[in-house]
Amino acid sequence: MTTKSFGEPILRKEDPRLVSGQGRYLDDLGHDALAAAFLRSPHASARILDIDVTDALEVPGLIGIYTYEDLEGRVAEPLPLLIPHPALLNGRTGYPLANEYVRHVGEAIVMVIAEDRYVAEDVVDLIKVSYEILKPVVGIENAKAAHNAVHPSVPNNVSAHSVKEVGDARAMIESAPHKLSLDLFIERSACSPLEGKGVYAIWEEDSQELRLWSSTQTSTGVRAAVAAKLDLPLQKVECIAPDVGGGFGVKIMHPWPEEVLIPWAARKLKRPVKWSEDRREHFISSAHERAQEHHIEVGFDEEGRILGLDVTFFHDNGAYTPYGIIIPLITSTQLLGPYKPASYRVEFTSLFTNTVLVIPYRGAGRPRGAGRPQGVFAMERTVDAIAKYLKLDRTVVRERNFIQPHEMPYDLGLIFQDGRPLEYDSGDFPASMAMLKKMVGWDDFETMRSEYAAMGRKIGIGVACYVEGTGVGPYEGGFVQVETSGRINVATGLTSQGQGHQTVFAQIVADELGVPIEDVFVTTGDTRRFPYAVGTFASRAAVMSGNAIALAARQVRDKALRLAGEALECDPQDLEIVDGIIRVKGDHTKSIALKTVAVLSNPLRYAFDESAKAATQFAVGDTSKPPVPEDQEPGLEGKDYYSPMASTFANGMHAVIIEILPETAEVKILRYVVVHDCGRVINPMIVEGQIHGGVAQGVAGALYERMAYDESGQLQNASFMDFLMPYSTEIPTVEAGHLETPSPLNPLGIKGAGEAGVIPGSAVFASAIEDAEGFEIRRMPISPSELWELRRTMKENA
Amino acid sequence: MNPEELFLVELTVNGTPLSARVPARRLLSDFLRHDLRLTGTHVGCEHGVCGACTILLEGKPVRGCLIFAVSVAGSAVTTVEGLVNNDGTLGVVQRAFHESHGLQCGFCTPGFITTIHAYLKENPHPTEEEAREAIAGNLCRCTGYQNIIKSVLRAAELIDSGVRDDH
Amino acid sequence: MKPSRFQYVRPRSIPEAVMALQRHNSKVLAGGQSLTPLLSMRLASPEVLVDINGLTELSGIELRGSELWIGAIARHQEVLTHHLVQTHVPLIQQALGYVAHPVIRNRGTSVGSIAHADPAGELTAVAALLGARIHVSAQQGPREILAADFFVGPLESALQHGELVTGVSFPVLDATWGSSCQEVSRRHGDYALAGVCALVQVLDGRIMAARIAIFSVAGTPLVIDVMDVHEDHEKLNLKVQALIDPDTDIHATADYRRQLVKTLVVQALTEARVHAELRQS
Repeated sequence: MTTKSFGEPILRKEDPRLVSGQGRYLDDLGHDALAAAFLRSPHASARILDIDVTDALEVPGLIGIYTYEDLEGRVAEPLPLLIPHPALLNGRTGYPLANEYVRHVGEAIVMVIAEDRYVAEDVVDLIKVSYEILKPVVGIENAKAAHNAVHPSVPNNVSAHSVKEVGDARAMIESAPHKLSLDLFIERSACSPLEGKGVYAIWEEDSQELRLWSSTQTSTGVRAAVAAKLDLPLQKVECIAPDVGGGFGVKIMHPWPEEVLIPWAARKLKRPVKWSEDRREHFISSAHERAQEHHIEVGFDEEGRILGLDVTFFHDNGAYTPYGIIIPLITSTQLLGPYKPASYRVEFTSLFTNTVLVIPYRGAGRPRGAGRPQGVFAMERTVDAIAKYLKLDRTVVRERNFIQPHEMPYDLGLIFQDGRPLEYDSGDFPASMAMLKKMVGWDDFETMRSEYAAMGRKIGIGVACYVEGTGVGPYEGGFVQVETSGRINVATGLTSQGQGHQTVFAQIVADELGVPIEDVFVTTGDTRRFPYAVGTFASRAAVMSGNAIALAARQVRDKALRLAGEALECDPQDLEIVDGIIRVKGDHTKSIALKTVAVLSNPLRYAFDESAKAATQFAVGDTSKPPVPEDQEPGLEGKDYYSPMASTFANGMHAVIIEILPETAEVKILRYVVVHDCGRVINPMIVEGQIHGGVAQGVAGALYERMAYDESGQLQNASFMDFLMPYSTEIPTVEAGHLETPSPLNPLGIKGAGEAGVIPGSAVFASAIEDAEGFEIRRMPISPSELWELRRTMKENA
Repeated sequence: MNPEELFLVELTVNGTPLSARVPARRLLSDFLRHDLRLTGTHVGCEHGVCGACTILLEGKPVRGCLIFAVSVAGSAVTTVEGLVNNDGTLGVVQRAFHESHGLQCGFCTPGFITTIHAYLKENPHPTEEEAREAIAGNLCRCTGYQNIIKSVLRAAELIDSGVRDDH
Repeated sequence: MKPSRFQYVRPRSIPEAVMALQRHNSKVLAGGQSLTPLLSMRLASPEVLVDINGLTELSGIELRGSELWIGAIARHQEVLTHHLVQTHVPLIQQALGYVAHPVIRNRGTSVGSIAHADPAGELTAVAALLGARIHVSAQQGPREILAADFFVGPLESALQHGELVTGVSFPVLDATWGSSCQEVSRRHGDYALAGVCALVQVLDGRIMAARIAIFSVAGTPLVIDVMDVHEDHEKLNLKVQALIDPDTDIHATADYRRQLVKTLVVQALTEARVHAELRQS
C-alpha cells in the first residue's frame, strides 16, 4: 500500500540539499558576473544639486556609473503603483534612481557596476554628491502637522483616507450603558529575512532574451514588470526565484528599483550583472512595517458585550506607496477578529513620511502579520479594557463577544483586501478558547500568582485572539506530469521561502496519484515551468497552489485510469493506483505501471527506456479516431487552476505567562501557549514550525525590535547589533494545540498557517504586562527601560 | 589608481588543499564563496552578528566575515559541505536538522550546523538549556529556534547510538 | 559592506610589527572581531593593517611573579578556560562569560578588547578594577601604562601612534579576595546597558576592602572604592550615583541605567563576597 501522506509529518524533501551546503541562493549564482553597488542618499529629504564622478573614474575595475540622467525609455519613468485603491487618493512611487529629489535615507541615487563588489564600493565612496538639504517629515505626528511635505504635490502628507461603517456605531456608543476610549500605538519593525534581496541577470545577445534570478516572493510579477520596463516581449524574459533565504513580506514588493536596473545594465553591457543587497542596504532601502496610531471609542453593556466600536487610526506609509495601502486596509477589515460588535466604524488616514516605504510584514509571502498585529493589538486591548472596567475575567468578555460556530459562515458586512465581501468560512472560537484556557491553566492562575508573590516574584498572564484571512485569490495554477521513467514533475508558479512547498505539494500529489512521495519533484517560482501565478503571501500558498495541484493531479489520475482501462480492457472505475502501479481492485494480477501508461499516452513511442519497451504489449486508442483524438492531448500530464470565491479564515488564540523582574523591569517568558485552527493540515510538522517561527517574530515585535528613526530621518539602528533580533535565549518554547475545522471552501479543506504565530504577539504581551503591573499598556513594543519609566510615571501620578 | 596587490592564499578546505590569489581585504567568507566557489557558507550581515557565515578554523567555529583570508593562510577550514560523510550521506548534525525540522528557508542553517558540530565534540550530552545556550550566537528568522534546539539534542542522541559521522 | 583597500603587513617579530606601525594611518589586526565590522562598514579605513596573528610569542598566558600575563593574541576562549586564570584572577573569567558569544570568543582576543578601550567592554572594567598594567612596545623601547592612565575616553586610550600592545598583566589575587561581574544587556551576549565588576577582600569573615568598576555608563570604566559605604546600600548608591554619568540612547534612558547600576552594584558586591568565602573554604 502506498502510505497516505496528507496529514503526516513527512520529513522535508528540500532538506538534504540545504543542510549540506547544496542550496543555491541568489548570491551563490553568477560568480563571474559584474557586481553592482549603489550610492544611496544620506539625507531623508534633499534636492540633488550635483553628482561629481571625476575621482571615481580612476578606479581600476570600474565598468560603469549610472545616474537618473542615464536611464532610458520606461526605465526612467516612476516605478509602478502595484495595487491602486479608490481610497488611495495620492499614490506616489519613486524612480529606479532618484530624479532630482531623495525622500528617505537609503534611496538609490547612483548605480555603479564594477568587476567585483569591493571595487564597486570603492567607486561609490569616490562619487561626490552635493545636496540642498530639506526639512524631513518623520513620525506620524509630524506628518499630520504637515509643516513640511514629503511630496510637494501632497501638502497635507495624506496618501489615503477611508471610512467604513457597519451600522451606526457612533450612535450606538452614545447610547451604550458604558463607554471607554483608548489611544494605542505600535511602532515600526521589519521582516528582516536572513538573506537580503538580490538580482542576477543574463542578457543573451544572440537570441535577445533576458534571464533573471531574483530573491523574490513573486517571479511571475517580476518577470512581467521587467518585460514592461525594458520594453521586451514577455516571451523574451524569464524569471527564476532560486532558493530564497526568507521573505516574510519584503520580497513580495516588485519591481524593486534593482530588479529593473540590473537587467537593464546587463542588456546595456551585454554581460551578466549581479547585485546582492547587504544588511545595511536592507535596513535603509527595502521596507518596514507597522507604525500605526489608533484612537478607539467603544460602547458596551453590563455583560461586556460590545454595542459600538469606533476606530480611527493613522498609518505611516513611508515615502512611497508602490504596494498601495494594503496594510491599513487589512487592519481595518481584520481588526474585529473573532468578535461581533453590534456596530463598527473604522476610519484611517495613511500618511507620507521621509522614511523607508512599508510592505506587509509577514502578511505577504512567508507572511507573518501584515496590518493584523496592529488590528489585533487595538481590538484585544479594547476587550481587556472592558473586562477591567467591568471587573470581569478577560476570557469571559471575549467569550461573550465571540461569533458562535452555528453562525458560520459569518458575514461581517465589510469588503476584504481581495475586494470581496468579508465572510468567515468556519471556526469554533469557544472551543479554541476552552482549549487554550485548559492548556495554560487560566483558571488556576491566581494560585500560581500567589505562590510567586510569596517568593517576592511578580508574574502576569495575557491572552489574545485573532482571525486571519488566508488563501486570498485571485488564483494559482498547478501542473503535474508523469514521465516515462516514473518521475512525477510538479510545477506551480508561486515561490518558496522555506515553507516546505517541495514537500507538502509532493504529499498532495503522492496521495492523489497513488505514487511514492520520493518520485515527486516540485518546482516553484520558475516562470519557465509555470508562467501564471500571483505569489507567496498572506498564507495563501497551501490553499491556492495546494488545491490547484490537487486538481491537476486528479486530471492526470483520470487520464491514467482511462488509458489503463483501455490497456487492461476493463472499466476505469474498477482500477486503483498503488505505489505507482495501476491495478484492478481485488485482482492484482491485472496491472500496468503508471510510467507505462505515460508511454501509452504519447502515440509517438520511440523505445528510449524500459517503460517504452514494456508498453509495447499494450494496445490503446480507438482506431476509428485519429491517434490524438480531438478532446485529447499527448502526454500524461494535467494543468489546472484554483480560484476561490472567497478567502478562507484561520484563527487562533495565544496565552503567555511572564515574570517581570522587580528592579530592572526585564520580562521573562515562563510559558507560551498557542491554540490554532488552520483547517485540515497537510503536514503538521511544517505547520508547527511555522507557528514557532511566527511566535518568535511576535516576541521580537513585542519586546525587542523597532525601527529607531531620529528627528532627521536617520535610522539609528541599521545593523543587527542595534536592531535586536532575538537569539534562542530570548525565545520561549511554544506549546501548541491544534483544532481542525475544515474549510468548506476548497477541495482539500485547508486554510493556511503562515502567520498564525506572529499576529497576536504585541497584544498578548501587553495583556500580560498589564496584568502583572496593574497599569495600562498602550504602546508596543516595550523595552525594560520603557516599562521601568512607565512604572515610575504611574507611581508619580498615583 | 594602482591595481590592487594580490596575495596567494592557500587553505586546506574540507581536507583538500585549495588556493587563489586575492587582495588582502578579501573576507574569508567571500574567499570561500566566490574564489573557491563553496557557497554553502552564507553571508547574512557581514558584521559578525548573525552567524550564517560560521565555519570551522582548525576545528573551532569562527565567523567567516570577521576574518581576512590572507590572515589565516595555511590553515585548515571546514565548511558545511565538508560535514557530509565520505560516502555522501548526511553528517550527523545535518541529519538531525532534517529529522527535527530544524530549518525552514535554510539560509542560516550552515552556520548553525558548523557551530553545533564543534559544540558537540566538547559537550556530547547537553541538556535542553545547554543546547539553547550553544546556539545563542546565531540568528534564525524562520524557526523560532525550538526545532534547532531539538536538532542539537537529536544529534547528540544519534552520536550516542553510534550513527556514522566521518567528521 | 566590503572593506576599503589597505596594505597588509604580516610581521615576523615584535620590532618588525612596531616598525610597520610607524607608517601613516596604520592599525593593528589581532582577533579582528571589533575591527573587521568597522572596516566592512567603512567606518574605519586604515591604510596599513599590521597583522600580529603570526607573533606566537604573544599568544601566552603565564604567571610572571605575582602577576598573570596575557599575551596580545591569546583568544578569549583560551583565557576563559585557562587554569591559571581560574586560579589566580577568576574575575577575568567571570567577565568573559558576558563577552559576546563563544564563536566570537574563539577568535577575539582579551588584550585586544582592552586595547580597543570600549567603555562597554567588560575587560576594560576588569583591567581598571584590578589595576592591570598594559605592556607596550614602541620604537623607543617597551613601556608600561597603568590601566588607570590607559583609558582616556570612549574608544580612546593613552596608546600613541606606532605603539603595539604586547600584553596585559593582572595582579594575582590570593584566596582572601573574591570577585564578581554582573551586567544587564538587552539580548544575551549584547553589550551591557550597564555593568559592574566588584572586588572584595574578606578576612575572618569580615570585609577588609571593597571596590567596584562600573562600565557602559561613562566614557571610561569608573573605579570606585566603596569600603566606607558597602554596608549601607543607601549610602553606597548615593556615592555611586554621584560619580556616574550615563547617557540615554535607543536602548535605555539614563535614569534606567542608573537604576541598573543601583541594583548591579549590590548584586556584584554580594556575589563577590560569596565568591571570596567560596575560595577560602
